[in-house]
Amino acid sequence: MLRDITIGQYYPSGSVLHRLDPRVKLFWTLLYIVSMFVFNTFLGYVVAGVTLIVLIKISRVPFKFMVKGLKAVWMLLIFTLVLNLFMTSGEVIWQWKFLKLTREGIRTAVFMGLRLFFLIIGSSLMTLTTTPNQLTDGLETGLRGLKKIKVPVHELAMMMSIALRFIPILLEETDKIMKAQAARGADFDEGKFKDRVKALVPIFVPLFVSAFRRANDLAMAMEARCYRGDVNRTRMNPLKYKQIDRIAYLLQFVYLAVLICADKLLAPLLTKVLPML
Amino acid sequence: MLYLDKVSYTYSPGTAMAMPALHEVSLEIPDGQFIGIIGHTGSGKSTLIQHLNGLVKPTGGVIYYNGRDIWDEDFSRKELRTKVGLVFQYPEHQLFETTVVKDVEFGPRNMKLENLEVQLRTFEALKTVGISDELYDASPFDLSGGQKRRVAIAGVLAMKPEVLVLDEPTAGLDPAGRDEILEAIFRIKRERNITVILVSHSMEDVARFVDRIIVMEHGSVKYDGSPKEVFRNYKELEEIGLAAPDVTYLTAMLRERGVGLPDVATTVEEAADMIERYCKH
Repeated sequence: MLRDITIGQYYPSGSVLHRLDPRVKLFWTLLYIVSMFVFNTFLGYVVAGVTLIVLIKISRVPFKFMVKGLKAVWMLLIFTLVLNLFMTSGEVIWQWKFLKLTREGIRTAVFMGLRLFFLIIGSSLMTLTTTPNQLTDGLETGLRGLKKIKVPVHELAMMMSIALRFIPILLEETDKIMKAQAARGADFDEGKFKDRVKALVPIFVPLFVSAFRRANDLAMAMEARCYRGDVNRTRMNPLKYKQIDRIAYLLQFVYLAVLICADKLLAPLLTKVLPML
Repeated sequence: MLYLDKVSYTYSPGTAMAMPALHEVSLEIPDGQFIGIIGHTGSGKSTLIQHLNGLVKPTGGVIYYNGRDIWDEDFSRKELRTKVGLVFQYPEHQLFETTVVKDVEFGPRNMKLENLEVQLRTFEALKTVGISDELYDASPFDLSGGQKRRVAIAGVLAMKPEVLVLDEPTAGLDPAGRDEILEAIFRIKRERNITVILVSHSMEDVARFVDRIIVMEHGSVKYDGSPKEVFRNYKELEEIGLAAPDVTYLTAMLRERGVGLPDVATTVEEAADMIERYCKH
């Protein structure tokens, strides 16, 4: 049941995307997210969508697997859609009491929904193709410059990698505790709301106890090895850009250029021909 | 009686992480037997036992409890779980209540039993596992490792299961704690005469108590028989990373050197008996 959460999960399929330098992927994601707010025309969505589809194909992560991860944000998506559908003013095409459906509303709702969808799929594409360790490595190296202004980059990256590392462990632990309590006759999906909340106590108490125990053990192990982190620490696999990473960087700017061209130059031309877009 | 018919299980089927854990396992578990399951880490032991009370749905094959398919639509798996009690590895990690008694009561209360019956079963179970009454109102988190584990076992026992499955009940305990647990399990078996399935790494523990041993290897059953039948294959067992009890090696070595023992032994008592009889001869 809990294995269905795919956000932040790694999917090993050994594609080109998996082999890219994490810094490239981080930058790609950042650029992609920013680009979401640049365009506003139909053509822009086509460019962003096609790029995403191509990237998904390259990554060889099954699309079904990604959409499973959307479950968690399903509510947000629907909420955004409904809000945009009925709250945008403009040309009314359907009305029921206070609910007004406008042409502009439909347009914004569809585009907003798509935008969110792209955002989520785009960023989960990064986490699906990058191991948490690579990700924090990339962050740490990418943000190295901030050390000069006394930002504890290494410590933050370490905290992040520990937190990320513990997500699957705690999920597994939760799964195990749920099974153990189910074996004692606990019921999690039946009964009234009050009963269901109560049913969580036998899960959360052992989960918290185990989380603290693990945190303690880890702290002890780090202390015992005189963990000092940052200073004078060398890496076994230092991050190095390869040819493929340079190409990937180049492609990002190509994407941005195409997007802006399509959105700002091509779209106005098209609108003249097909005014409904 | 439990009956498994060609049960297979694959984790995350259809994705890149798909991992077969069980492959067409067929077993018959009659009432009242004391069974030991041994196998290397990752041989599918833990996955197998989670099938027995319907916590995991097999991806292939059928499991029958008293002749009924446990994944039938009108079969109550919640009830099955009270009949097939499963004690997980490190069961003390599932304790959550404020007192020992309340924690043990959790199972019977979920069965919606009468108050009196709940209390009766709780005290009975705690007595069987050897928890003295001054600990009844203590916090389960204040107990020693072995005590915690016995309380957790009592929590399952209080549901009065007909089959009790224990996954590595002695893992991570000191010798004293280990003996206490094993004694408790033996007492349960003797007092209630239920089916007990013991998953273990310790060949000595298994050989001492059980009537039948099931050896798991790569998700299938490699050997299934009495301790003597299974441990006679000590050389093959070694190849899959397992070992027979020390006395089996001793008696096998004696036989090789020409000491005329009738067979290899699996327990110290048995070996002593054999050697004594040989010497008198």
